[in-house]
Order: sequence, then C-alpha cells, then structure tokens
Amino acid sequence: MPPLDAEILARLQFAFTVSFHILFPTLTIGLAGFLVFFEARYLRSNNEVWLVLYRFWVKIFALTFGMGVVSGLVLSYQFGTNWSEWSRITGPVLGPLIGFEVLTAFFLEAGFLGIMLFGWKKVGPRLHFLATCLVAIGTVISAFWILSANSWMQTPAGASFVDGQYVVDDWLAVIFNPSFPWRLMHMTTASYLTSSLVVSGISAFYLLAGSNRDVARQAFSIAMWAVLVLAPLQIFLGDQHGLNTLEHQPMKVAAMEGNWETRSHAPFHIFAMPDQKLQKNHLEISIPWASSLILKHSPSGVVPGLKEVPVEDQPPVGVVFWSFRVMVGLGFLFLALGLWGAYARWRGTLYDTRWLKRLAVVLTPAGFIATLSGWFVTEVGRQPYTVYRAMRTEDSFSPSVTGASVATTLIIFLIVYGGLFGAYLYYLLKLIRKGPDPLKTRETEETPEAIRGARPGLVVPAE
Amino acid sequence: METLAIISGGIIGAAILMYVVLDGFDLGVGILFPFAPGEKARDTMINSVAPIWDGNETWLILGGGGLLVFFPAAYSIALPAFYIPVMAMLFALIFRGVTFEFRHQAHTSTHLWNRSFFWGSLIAAFMQGVLLGALVQGVEVKNLRYTGGMFDWLTPFSILTGIGVVMGYGLLGATWVIYKTEGEIQEWAHRAAIVMGSGMLVAMAAVSVMTPLLRPAIADRWFGGVNLLYLSPIPLLTFALAVTLFWSILSRRELLPFLSAIGLFILGLAGIAISLYPNIIPPSVTVWDAVAPRSSVIFAMVGVAVVLPMVLIYTVYAYSVFHGKASAEGGYAHHEHE
Ligand code: HDD
Ligand code: HEM
Ligand code: HEM
Repeated sequence: MPPLDAEILARLQFAFTVSFHILFPTLTIGLAGFLVFFEARYLRSNNEVWLVLYRFWVKIFALTFGMGVVSGLVLSYQFGTNWSEWSRITGPVLGPLIGFEVLTAFFLEAGFLGIMLFGWKKVGPRLHFLATCLVAIGTVISAFWILSANSWMQTPAGASFVDGQYVVDDWLAVIFNPSFPWRLMHMTTASYLTSSLVVSGISAFYLLAGSNRDVARQAFSIAMWAVLVLAPLQIFLGDQHGLNTLEHQPMKVAAMEGNWETRSHAPFHIFAMPDQKLQKNHLEISIPWASSLILKHSPSGVVPGLKEVPVEDQPPVGVVFWSFRVMVGLGFLFLALGLWGAYARWRGTLYDTRWLKRLAVVLTPAGFIATLSGWFVTEVGRQPYTVYRAMRTEDSFSPSVTGASVATTLIIFLIVYGGLFGAYLYYLLKLIRKGPDPLKTRETEETPEAIRGARPGLVVPAE
Repeated sequence: METLAIISGGIIGAAILMYVVLDGFDLGVGILFPFAPGEKARDTMINSVAPIWDGNETWLILGGGGLLVFFPAAYSIALPAFYIPVMAMLFALIFRGVTFEFRHQAHTSTHLWNRSFFWGSLIAAFMQGVLLGALVQGVEVKNLRYTGGMFDWLTPFSILTGIGVVMGYGLLGATWVIYKTEGEIQEWAHRAAIVMGSGMLVAMAAVSVMTPLLRPAIADRWFGGVNLLYLSPIPLLTFALAVTLFWSILSRRELLPFLSAIGLFILGLAGIAISLYPNIIPPSVTVWDAVAPRSSVIFAMVGVAVVLPMVLIYTVYAYSVFHGKASAEGGYAHHEHE
C-alpha cells in the first residue's frame, strides 16, 4: 500500500474539516443558552448590566456562528465527494436524519438569527427575546439530529442490509439507537461547559485587568456557577457513556484503557505507550484493579482486551488511549476549578482570588481541547469501520476520486482554514480588547479607564 | 414507487428553484459589489442582504441533503463526478460567507473583505452554472457508479452555462438593489440590471439552441410530434417576461424588475427539467433507478409536508421584519443604545 493513498488523504481531510467545524458549534450551542439567560434577566429586571452583557456576547456569538455555517456547509457535500460509497449505502438511513436537521434546525436558526442580530429596533423586546430562544433551541435540535446520525454509525439499529443498501425497518430504533441518548447529553453538556469556561475566562481577564468590572463580575459569577454544576455532571455522563460503549463497542473501550488481554483484575494505566505492532504497552504506570472496578464495579470483573480481534480489526490504540486521557484529565481539572470557585464564593472572595482568576483565564480554550479529544476517542475508536462492525472505512471511499484531487483540496483546506482561523481570532481578540459598552448609569466607572487599564496591579476592589 | 420517485424529484427541483432565486439575488449583490458607486453604496447593499443570506443559503444545504435523502445513488454519482466544481463552489461560499461578519468588524481591511465578497460570489455563481451545464450534458455511469474522469465536467457548454448563471444572478442582484434602495444607488442599479439582463438573455438563447444538440432525446422531447405545441408557452412566456423586464426597468418600476427576473429563472429551470425528465443523472439514470427505499422516502416526505410550510411561514415573516429600504448605517442595531 502506498504511504499516502487517496483513502488516507480523504480520512485526513474529513477529520480536519469536521474537527474545524465542531469548534464553532461547541461555542454557539452553549453561548446561545447564555444569551437567553442574559436577555431574560434584562427583561425581568431592566438592569442595564444584562443588556450590556447580551450585546457584548452576541457579537462573539455572531462571529462564531458565521464560521460554523460556512464550515458546516462544506461537510454536507463532502460526504458525497469523498465518501460516495458510504453515501449510497447508508444514505437511506442517514440522509433523512440530516434532512430533518436542515428542516427543523438550520432553517430555524437562520430565520431568527437575522432578527436576533439586526432586529433590535424592528421588533419589540418580547419578540426579540423569542428570536433568541428559537436560535438557542435550533442549535440543540441541530445537535440532536447530527448526533443521532453519528451515533447510528457507532451503534447501528433498526435497519437491515438489502441489495447493497441499508433499508430502515424502524425509524424510532434508528433515531434512538443505543448510544444516542448518552452521546447527546455528553456533547450538549460539553458545549455548555466549554462556553462557561470561555465566559468565565474572558470575564476573569477583565477582572484581572480591572476593566469593565460590574459587567465582568456578573458574568464571572454566573459562569462559575455553571462550571460547578456542569463539570461533575459531565463526569457522571461520561462514565455512563463509557459503560454504554463497553456494552456496544468493547474494542473501543479496550483501546481507551490500553488493555490487550481479556482479563479480570485489570489495572487502569495512568501512563503507557501502547505499541500496536507488539500488541503490548511500554512504560506502564497503573492503578491495580482500577479498570475492572470502573467498568464492572468489582475487581474480579472481566474486561475485554484488544487481542480478542485480529490486528486489522483493532482501532489505532495510541490516539484513542491518549485522547481519552486528555479529555478525562481536563474533566477533573474543570471540576477542580468549579470547586475552588465555590470555596472562594463561600469565603466571599470570588472576585479577589487572583490565582483563581488566572486559572480561569488559562482554561478559556480548554473546553475545546476536551471536546476535540472526546471526538477523537469516539471516531478513531470506531475504526476500522464507518458503520461499526458492518461497513469498513476502506469500502466507504469514492472509487473514482483520485489521490491528486484529494491531496490538492486537502492542501487548500489547510491554507484556507488556517487563514480563516487567524482572521477569526484576530477579530475575536479585537472584540475582547474593545470590551463591553460602558455602563451609562454606574458609579464604579469613576476611575478613568486609561489609568485602571494601564496599571491593573494597583487596583484594589472597591468593596 | 413510481409516483413517489416523481414527487421526490419535484421536491428536489423545488429546493433548487428556491435556492437559485433566493441565494441568486444575494450572490448577485456580491457580483456587482466592486462596481457599486462608492463604499457607502456597498454598505447599503451588504446590509440589504445581511439578515437573510444565511436562510437563503440553507436551501443549498436542503438541496444537497435532499438529494442524499431521496436519491442517495444520484448523490453518490454526482458529487464525485463534479468534485472540482463542487469544491471550488464550497471554497468560494466560505469566503463570501465570512465576509458579512468580518467586514463588519474590520476598519483598515474593508477592501480585503470587499474583494473576498466579490470573488466568492462570482466563483460560487460560475461554478453553480458549470454544475448545471455539466449535469445537462450528461455523466458517465456504470452500475450506478461514476466511471468518468476528474475533468469530464469541463466543456464549452458548461462554461457557457456558467457565464449565463453569473449574468442571471447579477440581474437578480441588480433588481433586488433597485427594490431595496433609492437615489444614486438605485440609478446605478438600473444600468447594471440592463447590462446583466441583456447578458443573461443572450446566454439563455445560446443555451436553448445548444441543449437539443447535445442528445437526440432532448431534441425529441422538444420537437418530436406535437410536443412543441404543448411546450410553446415556455418560450412565449420567456419572451413576454423579457419584454416586461426591460420595460419595467426603463419605466423605473421598483418591484416589477425583480419579479420578472425571478420569473425568467423559473422558466429557465422549467425548460431544463423538461429536457431532463425522467433522468436525475442524464443520460442513463432515471428517478426510479436512483430513488431511496420506500421507508426512507415516506419518512422524509412526512417531514417535508409538516415542517416545510412552517419554514416558509417564518421565512416570509423574517423577510417582512426587514421590509423597506436598506440603509448604509445600522446594520447591527445592537451597536446603538435605545
Ligand atoms: C454523520 C456523520 C459524522 C459526524 C456527525 C461526525 N463524523 Fe467523524 N467521521 C465520519 C462521520 C461523522 C465518517 C464519514 O464516517 C468518517 C470519515 C472517515 C471515517 O473513517 O469515518 C469520520 C472520521 C473522523 C475522524 C478520522 C478517524 C480516522 O480516520 O482514524 C475524526 C478525527 C473525526 N471523524 C472527527 C469527528 C468530529 C470531531 C466530529 C464532530 C463533529 C465528527 N467526527 C462527527
Ligand atoms: C459531520 C457532520 C456534520 C455535518 C455534515 C454538519 C453540517 C452542518 C451545516 C451544513 C451547517 C450550516 C447550517 C446553517 O447554514 O445554518 C452546520 C452548522 C451547525 N452544526 Fe454542524 N455538522 C456536523 C457536525 C455537527 C455536530 C456533531 C454538531 C453538534 C453537536 C453540529 C452542530 C451544528 C450547529 C449548532 C450549527 C449551527 C451553526 C453554528 O452554531 O455555528 N454539527 N452544520
Ligand atoms: C472525566 C470525565 C469524562 C469521562 C469519563 C468521559 C467519557 C467519555 C467517553 C467514554 C466517550 C466516548 C464514547 C463513545 O465514543 O462511545 C466520550 C466522548 C466525548 N467526550 Fe467525554 N468524558 C469525560 C469528560 C469530558 C469533558 C470534560 C468533555 C468536554 C468538555 C467531554 C467531551 C466529549 C465529547 C465531545 C465526546 C464525543 C461525543 C460523544 O461520544 O459523546 N468529555 N467521553
């Protein structure tokens, strides 16, 4: 096999474009929820702080949403260009799910996004709020359908293979396939957690710099509450999701655990260098029995090992193993942040604990890393199949497409997306630097911005 | 199953028509962008489409998604066959799509995003025309799989249809600008509409002459037996609409030019549908060869029947919120405090 054949390039291309895409929905799904919250509070209290918060975050939302739209459009056609066999064979199952996503989610989001962004003066406050809510609901509906499609590829159900094509027998079984409920909850929570980390990080940055303080405090406080609730929830959901995976995709779990032999009293490896050629790990650092305990709730529980299947049916172990550790490690770090925030709040020093704010700033992008790692576990762990144990990736590729065209478009994607991402970050940082609009009515703004901004170290909190 | 296949084809056709008309005018605004009289005119033009472009583009996703739903085999033939123009279109749509947000945030780099908007719109429109031409001229298929090369789509005919669509979208864009603006920009848009309209009609005429020459089956469809008699309303209506178009532009009507341009597009697509029927991928794959299994088609049709009317209702509502003339300022009303 040549080292860079068309199929490998197409896999790289798909992994790159879909990973790029998912960064933006991850933020917009969660931010939309924050915007609903801000606007609801404003309508209730008429307190200007909420309006200023809404107006600041909606700009970041709009910028991100635009990126999500253009990168998502690419994906919906890439199925056909690079994976035509996959489209023909699984199209009868996955096509309608994606079609329903367009009908029930994309139109809803697109229709009311315009009103949300440009409609302040054209519709009343209640209708505007409704538009914000509908956009937020749209993002979750979108996640519902696309994750149902993705989950069906992980745990196919409700369809049979007839004449070279899948034919659906039971749509409810397809939509609510065995891994879907967990994946939906885990991914939605991931989005909200990631957005909470973004909101808390940027607010902490303002607090450290001593600018926009009233607005930043409100946002920081809410985001820290959200982290406190969502981080443990996500760990619980992840654990349940893993147990579900153990039942339906045991080889994926074996790869996550780096476990080669089916055995009881299996240890959990904190560190290891899995070696697929030798079918063993190097440099293991392990907690004895822990894997059996986590997965079977008993030290004598038997957990599956990769050697149950031939090498060519095993997923690439290293990627799965390490991505899993990054995700879980970050999950516990988020929990620590949430707990620290709660402790500081209880002590009454939430806004003054310098190292807490610094940690929040550092963790601003960490949710994205955890989310991508999670997707790597899920998708790479499914290999070498596109439909688990039913359709191999090598049989999914478009036979007529040449390596040269995939390579060319891959290079263009790398350049274009690289440039776009740069522009996105540039305008994002510009928005952050500009900060929220100044409050008209508040007294704490009496110190001139320039002085506070220039010497943040000297600012002592007013209260 | 036969009826289901035909209804499915109708749904795809309707989605494509909606897309072409709706995204057509906002791509057209992009095609005319560099020729607008000044930066303020450009601000007005982009504001006139900013709240609605995303909804318009969603019809393209519905077209692609719909093809995967109703005709997975056709989807899996067409996309590898048209790999290069599809990819080029997607890249172009990326560039123009991000312009709306980025240009708004930009200060010193506005001209950069102006260019990205223009080239993105132009290339996307051209590639869509090429795709149309490449489909009409036919695709090499064996055993429901594409067997041609990477460049089969590239012919003089597909280039001609590419140019035709650029002109047509330009016309839609210009007539939209007539409708949404006043004063100097509107004057300029009148002139642009005449240029683009003439170009489009020339291209349409050339395509109409060349299409029957592509395959005897198409010539037979139009000229065999008494068909021409039944089909004669199409060329006649086209002629009538072309006259209305120019008359309404010259007599300074505001909405009628836009409506006539839409009418011309509907007739053009209807003509193509007539030439192709019952093929979904000409010359050999028919709608009933490619249609999805019954359970999938029915499920999706229920969805279309229930959800699409709601989509249409709130789309009309969203348009109506932004009725009236567009202005250069106040794109983002959330910049101002009330
Ligand atoms: C509905 C389908 C679908 C959805 C929602 C996703 N994927 Fe996927 N993914 C595929 C359909 C797919 C696929 C078509 O089945 C691929 C292409 C090649 C392959 O092996 O599977 C794939 C491969 C693939 C790979 C490469 C694996 C490998 O080749 O070793 C990665 C890293 C991802 N995906 C990442 C993601 C991410 C970050 C997603 C979050 C949005 C995601 N996928 C959602
Ligand atoms: C690989 C499969 C995927 C495809 C084909 C896909 C397709 C698309 C398309 C075409 C759009 C643009 C819609 C528009 O014009 O408004 C989009 C945006 C979006 N996608 Fe995806 N998507 C994929 C994965 C995902 C996943 C896994 C999620 C969520 C968990 C997701 C959530 C969203 C959301 C919320 C949007 C709205 C735009 C935004 O928030 O940035 N997508 N997607
Ligand atoms: C520490 C606790 C966590 C555990 C035990 C855990 C567990 C898992 C497991 C087992 C999977 C793979 C499921 C499969 O493919 O079948 C997964 C996937 C995933 N994880 Fe986690 N996770 C944790 C934390 C997180 C965090 C903090 C995030 C992001 C903020 C996250 C985001 C994701 C995503 C996006 C996926 C892919 C989608 C999915 O399959 O649900 N996870 N997680």
